[in-house]
Amino acid sequence: MTTLIYDGTFEGLLTVVFEIYERRLQQVKLQKGVWLSMALFEDVLQITTDNGRAGRVLNGLRSRLSAEGLQRLYAAHLAEVESEDGMILGYIRYVFDAPFNVEEDYGNKYVLRLSEIVRTVRREKHRMEAFVRFKELQDKTFYATIEPDFNVLPLLGKHFKDRYADQKWIIYDIKRNYGLHYDLHDLQFITLDFSTTNPTNVISAYQENESLYQDLWKNYFKSANIPARKNTKLHMRHIPKRYWRHLPEKL
Amino acid sequence: MNAERITEKLNILADAAKYDVSCASSGSKRKNQNKGLGNASNGICHTYTEDGRCVSLLKILLTNHCIFDCAYCVSRKSNDIKRAAFTVQEVVDLTINFYRRNYIEGLFLSSGIFYNADYTMERLVRIAKKLRTEHNFNGYIHLKSIPGASDELMQEAGLYADRLSVNLEMPTEEGLKLLAPEKNRHDMIQPMGFLKNEIIKRTEEKSLFKKAPAFAPAGQSTQVIVGATPETDKQVLHTANHFYKNFNLKRVYYSGYVPVISDNRLPALNTSVPMVRENRLYQADWLMRFYGFQVNEIVDEQNPHLDLDIDPKLGWALRNLNAFPIDINKADLQLILRVPGIGVQSAQKIVSARQFGKLDWEQLKKIGIAVNRAKYFITCNSRQFERRDLAGTAIKQYILSQSQSKYIKTATTQLNLF
Ligand code: SF4
Repeated sequence: MTTLIYDGTFEGLLTVVFEIYERRLQQVKLQKGVWLSMALFEDVLQITTDNGRAGRVLNGLRSRLSAEGLQRLYAAHLAEVESEDGMILGYIRYVFDAPFNVEEDYGNKYVLRLSEIVRTVRREKHRMEAFVRFKELQDKTFYATIEPDFNVLPLLGKHFKDRYADQKWIIYDIKRNYGLHYDLHDLQFITLDFSTTNPTNVISAYQENESLYQDLWKNYFKSANIPARKNTKLHMRHIPKRYWRHLPEKL
Repeated sequence: MNAERITEKLNILADAAKYDVSCASSGSKRKNQNKGLGNASNGICHTYTEDGRCVSLLKILLTNHCIFDCAYCVSRKSNDIKRAAFTVQEVVDLTINFYRRNYIEGLFLSSGIFYNADYTMERLVRIAKKLRTEHNFNGYIHLKSIPGASDELMQEAGLYADRLSVNLEMPTEEGLKLLAPEKNRHDMIQPMGFLKNEIIKRTEEKSLFKKAPAFAPAGQSTQVIVGATPETDKQVLHTANHFYKNFNLKRVYYSGYVPVISDNRLPALNTSVPMVRENRLYQADWLMRFYGFQVNEIVDEQNPHLDLDIDPKLGWALRNLNAFPIDINKADLQLILRVPGIGVQSAQKIVSARQFGKLDWEQLKKIGIAVNRAKYFITCNSRQFERRDLAGTAIKQYILSQSQSKYIKTATTQLNLF
């Protein structure tokens, strides 16, 4: 058994695949981060992400998967579930070892598992498209914070750019401390330094009508409810509690 | 904007609009043009009310003033309630500001009838027009057409709205006569016919000239209220089927009657909302639209009502045991879709996966089918087949005893009521 340690990025994962084939490794285990521990007795390889090697693997995948299939693989990786890395690796190896496109072979455990992971990631991506709540700042930027379970921010750019082409916006993942910024032209990943920003400054930086619209939205949410049809279980299933702190109507 | 006044208006006019169950915001393909605001494509639910319904549109009435007196409606003339009316600009501002904050996919605008049909409709159209032309707004707009509005206004509405709907309200003409004597079915059906023809005409134009303007690209829908009048599910579903077939409707919505008014023509105020029945009607509707079922297969003379304790697909399967078992590794997609416990996605996965090898129970389970139900109706790559010689009633018992349907409890209390 060889343990391969990589940086957790998609390129890193593809580099890992390259190494596995080059070194003809059979039994492998993946781990994210850097090699710190002396307690590992197995073989350990620290893999340095190499864009050239990753690119070659990517091309190989491109020739064996549909564009949609490749997109799904990327989405599955964004799940960042460490215990699932092995599954994703297994999937890639199955894709390379099979003589034809196997992305729909749901009888295979890797294909099936990948489709499950993709489903949960996409569900959260979709939920973020629904539950992002912008607040308007004084400089007319619309600002939203999120805390998704999976790292879905990279999957959100297109949706929000297509939708809000005429307003500046920032969606910030406060769990992973990075955000996506649209400045009316381009989309960029950014990090904000909150340690220097006094929280009260942020509040007063909201545009004058901001609280009015939040209140109107809360009121609307209440008025739209039909008490005679109350169904708390269904409600909770649709809006899991962990999202509430970002939804004005649930505050 | 006067915060207090606008808040009060929104409370009144959202409250009065909430009984309209339509909330869909999908089916349109409006792109964000010239760096404007918004698009209408995939229909997102932005929140859910505490009763579990999806909120995707700002659903409001322009006004709850009404010259009519329909018995089932809170806005009826004779009901003593607070009245309010939005200005055109107020609706536009609310829509834009809610949309920019990602609260909504767009606007669903309906109205009580004030003055007359055209006067009301003209204002609805003016709001849509303003949103599209002055604000470059490409979000979703659903206008509820006012029965009796002129063709010219309907035509203009279709240019700005993604979807138009005329609510049938009662599943049959008799029902409507009883509860809304001032309304007549002709006034409702006439604009539906007009819209249908217009949509067909414009779609043809669009295929010839790419630049031709879109006309109600998400089509038209309608709503029927169930449980206010004594119609059977057979009548309800035949009405729906008729409108799907003859008017190309995109959706029929079924709204379980919520008693809001005491009136001797209506169920008493303490009657519970027929939620299970409503749910079964939606399931039956899905069977017609996505599973290839004919309406006659779902309800007939012997079965004018949908079973409340089991879903209509299981109901059909139990009445047609001779059609089973189906071999999962050979059968056509159409047949697999008829197996209880197998949904559209799993059925498609099965058909894809079996090209690589025969599927067994373990794989079917992983693909996502409800083996608990399906096992009585299918064979696969395994010697096991559960049905043996079970009769339909036995299968039903087995399935019911194993499933913790969220509805069983409510179903029994409802059954007691009737
Ligand atoms: S016409 Fe419409 S708003 Fe007026 S009472 Fe009838 S259903 Fe209500």
